[in-house]
Order: sequence, then structure tokens, then C-alpha cells
Amino acid sequence: MSDQAIPSGENAALQVRNLNFFYGDFKGLNDVTFDVAHKKVTAFIGPSGCGKSTLLRTFNRMYDLYPGQRAEGNILFHGKNLLDKTQDVNLVRAKIGMVFQKPTPFPMTIYENIAFGVRLYERMSKSAMDDRVEWALKKAALWGEVKDKLQQNGLSLSGGQQQRLCIARAVAVKPEIVLLDEPTSALDPISTAKIEELINELKSDYTIAIVTHNMQQAARISDFTAFMYLGELIEFNETGTIFMRPGKKQTEDYITGRFG
Amino acid sequence: MSEPSAPAGSDLHAQQVRKFWLQDKLFHHATQLFAFVVLAALVGILVSLTIEAWPSIKGFGPSFLWTNIWSVPDDEYGALAAIYGTVVTSVLALLIAVPISFGIALFLTEICPVWLRRPLGTAIELLAGIPSIVYGIWGLFVFAPLFAEYIQPPLQALLGDVPVIGSWFSGPPIGVGILTASIVLSMMVIPFIASVMRDVFETVPNELRESAYSVGCTTWEVVRSVVLPYTRVGVIGGIMLGLGRALGETMAVTFVIGNANRINGSLFAPGTSIASTLANEFGEADPGLHIASLFELGLVLFILTFVVLAISRWLISRSMGSEGL
Repeated sequence: MSDQAIPSGENAALQVRNLNFFYGDFKGLNDVTFDVAHKKVTAFIGPSGCGKSTLLRTFNRMYDLYPGQRAEGNILFHGKNLLDKTQDVNLVRAKIGMVFQKPTPFPMTIYENIAFGVRLYERMSKSAMDDRVEWALKKAALWGEVKDKLQQNGLSLSGGQQQRLCIARAVAVKPEIVLLDEPTSALDPISTAKIEELINELKSDYTIAIVTHNMQQAARISDFTAFMYLGELIEFNETGTIFMRPGKKQTEDYITGRFG
Repeated sequence: MSEPSAPAGSDLHAQQVRKFWLQDKLFHHATQLFAFVVLAALVGILVSLTIEAWPSIKGFGPSFLWTNIWSVPDDEYGALAAIYGTVVTSVLALLIAVPISFGIALFLTEICPVWLRRPLGTAIELLAGIPSIVYGIWGLFVFAPLFAEYIQPPLQALLGDVPVIGSWFSGPPIGVGILTASIVLSMMVIPFIASVMRDVFETVPNELRESAYSVGCTTWEVVRSVVLPYTRVGVIGGIMLGLGRALGETMAVTFVIGNANRINGSLFAPGTSIASTLANEFGEADPGLHIASLFELGLVLFILTFVVLAISRWLISRSMGSEGL
């Protein structure tokens, strides 16, 4: 890991600059600046309410759905500010996919769960779609388990399978970045291990940003870690450095379990 | 007060327990009685309707339902025209009301800014509180003349020559008639359908909505592919609830349907419905077959709306319970 430099400029997938976020009058993020490295895993850790999910939800403008929530500052994606009013949010979301805490399969078949998102932005033949569905399910390490029941409802799968279906759905549209908001917190240890393995494989193709409550998970799977506290980015560094030689007292206290 | 001695204390205690037990028992039985009164009333109405309708049921048999005659002088009665009017006005009302209600519910849950949500929602619920007779006089004195003057002639000019559906818009534009009744009815059922749809749309978990947005869906795509399939059962329940209301609506329909006991292919023509036939004829009905036939009409309507409302309740509760939460 020591060959990894802190991302900046050209090797960054997202450049976050002076980002502030407001829930009405409450300031949820305070002057956050850092870069998300291209095709690496960046983990966000910190106690509940520290703003890590809030930060993740600014990357695909999910907060737009809720009145009273707004972001100020810059998040550069291919040189353009994501937060610009002129930015097409649907297009952003197709490029920056997201997986949520709870598995959320759509109320349709397993096949349709994957094909649905693809169809929004691409036209293709039935056989090409079949290939895409298979490819996405293989990426999510789910193909072997569901290949004989693609026409069953997505809700018929187990929780862990549903979550991998959601990951398959997110990668099927070929995004550049995948955001994971505590993707394993509702799952059992075996499913969690499978998803962690999956994240490791996905990073060769995608940039991944993951919010997690679980520090061991961040240590296991991420290349970079951001520690947040009370809406501020306290420390951002290579994961090894954060966990072995944290630069700030607060980071050290948190990762050694003194608060959190 | 001095401390009561031990035996006296336990006596008092036992007395109290007994008193509470009695009160509880009394309360239990009283409320149970009240609840059963409702059930008894329901069964009682059904039974008395059947008894009163018996001469007609015996006289005309099941063919009462599909005979198109209503002749007081000949003392011959058949329900077909009334059933036809009831079903056609209700179905037409739904055809108009469902898309509008859907739009209202969609706007309220997905698009409307928060500050407008409550006032708009309340306004729609207030619409449901307007007495139906008010819809009736408005329909007859305000809407029907405007309809006859500004809507019926152009509609006739536009569609009158089209094969098949042209005949639906034939006849003199007199304002009152089947179509007018359907339009007034649709306004009356919109609040019911819209508020049920809004309630079931709100049961869709936010994470599911966000997931759909996160693959790049527009609001319409989220609604069509996620919200509607998720709430399908509840939405159908809401529509059935509206249908139940429309089938039984009396005053407003009586005012604007024209009250002609016959079947005419045109939607501009006056017709009648079960409820409006009852409202019109009870006053001067003679004892005997006439009254019995009216009771049988009432029985038909009772069963029709009961079944429709029961299905709607069942669908709505299924949707709110299992899928919604």
C-alpha cells in the first residue's frame, strides 16, 4: 500500500472542494476537501451522525429529492461541478451508481431488476441484454445462484442475495463510480464476507466509495480512509496510515475504541 | 388517617377487586353490544329488503335483472335500464376520475413542494365533504346548461360521424343525461380515489424510491416502474372504493341523469340509475308489485355496492399491511 500516493489532480475520480451541506439551518458538512482516487476503494468512517452518509449522498445528488437539503462548494467530476444547477442529475446518477443499507430490489423479476436500469440509457437487442444481465450478475457473484430463476421476483431471494442483486443492478449500467452506503450492515457475516470479496474485485473496474460503521471492514477492504466527526473531515490518508499511525488525536481515539 | 388493620385492609382490597371486575365486565359487554348492533343492523336491512321485495322476486324471478321494462300502468317491472344506467355512469365516472386522481396523488407524493402538500391535501379531502345535493343543484343549474351550450355541440361535431362511437354522442344536446351524470359523479369520487392513492403511494419505502433514482430514473420512470407495481393492489382498492361510492350515489345523479326509465345508446340521452329510480318513485309508489320491485332494486344495489366495497377494503388492507410496511 505504500506505493499509493494521496490522490490529487489527474488520478482523482472526484475532487471535493470546500463542500458544505445544509439540512435546513443545520450544517451537516463543514468545508470538506479531499479527492476520491480513481479505481480505488475509499472508505468513510466515523460515529453516527458525523456526516459520512451525507457526504456520500452529495456525490449522486440524492439529497435533491428532499426539500430543504442543499450543498455548496464543488465536487468536480470530469472537470465539471456536480453541484451545478445545470448538471443533468439523471445522467450523473447513471454514471455514479449507489447501493443502500437495506437491500432494495425493485418489485419485478430478477432479470428485470438488472435490465431495467440498462434500458433507461441504452438500446440493445434481447440477446445483448441477456449477455449484459449475465455479465452483471457474474460481476456481483450471483450468477451461479440465480441463473435458473431469472424470472422469479427479486424479493424471493435471501437478504444477502438481494444485496448482491442491488450491486449487480448498480454495475449493470456501467457506471464509473459505485457508492456503497453501509452495504453490509443488514447482512449476516457470511453474506458480508462475500460482499467484501466482491468489492475487492470490483475495484479493478470501478471507483468505489463506501460508508461503513465497521472499522475492521474499512481496514480490510479500502485503500484510502476518511475519518469524519461532527460534519468535518478530520483525517484522510491511506488506510494503512490511518489505522497504524493516525495523525490526529481524535482519529486515534476513535479507531482504538475510546469513543464512537 | 390511621393505618387500617390487616384484616380490614384485605377486606377492602377484595371489595375493590370485585368492584373493578364488575366494572370491567360491564364495560366489556356494553361495548360488545354496541358493536353487534351494527352487525345486526346490516343483517336486518338485508332481511327486511328481501321480505319487502318478495312479491317481485317471486313474480318476476331472476329475469327481473335483465328485463328492460318499467311500466307502472301495466304493473310490469324489470331492472335492466336502471342497472344499465348505474353501471354505465359509474364506469364512465371512473374512466374520468382515475387518471385525474392518479395525477393528483402523484403530484402530492412525488412532486409537490412541502409547504403546499398539506393545504392541497386538505382541500381534496374537503371536496369529499361537500353534500351530494350541492353537487346535484350545481350540476343541474350551472354545469348542465354550460355543458349543453359549449361542450355537447362541438363534441357531437367532432365525434358524431365516427363509426360505432358516433352514436354515443347522438341526440339533442339537452345538458342532462348519462354523460353529465358521469362527469358530476367523477368529481364526487376523485377525492376518495386520490386520497387512497396518495396514502398507498406514501407506503413505498424511501430507500426503494432512492434506489430507482440512483440508477438514473426520472420521476415518471420511478412511478411507472417502482411505485405503481409496488402499490398495485392498494391502487385497485382505491378505484373500487370510488366505484362503490359512484354506484350508490343518489341525489347528485337524480338531479342530472334525466330520469327516463329506458336504455338509449347515446350518452347524451337521459337515463336512470337504481338509486335515482328509488328516489323518484318512492313517494307515489302503490303498495304491491311497484313497491316490491323498488325494494328489489334496492336489494340489487345493496349487494352490488357491498361486494365492491368489501373487495376494495380487502385490497387496501392487504396493500397497507403486507407490502406497505
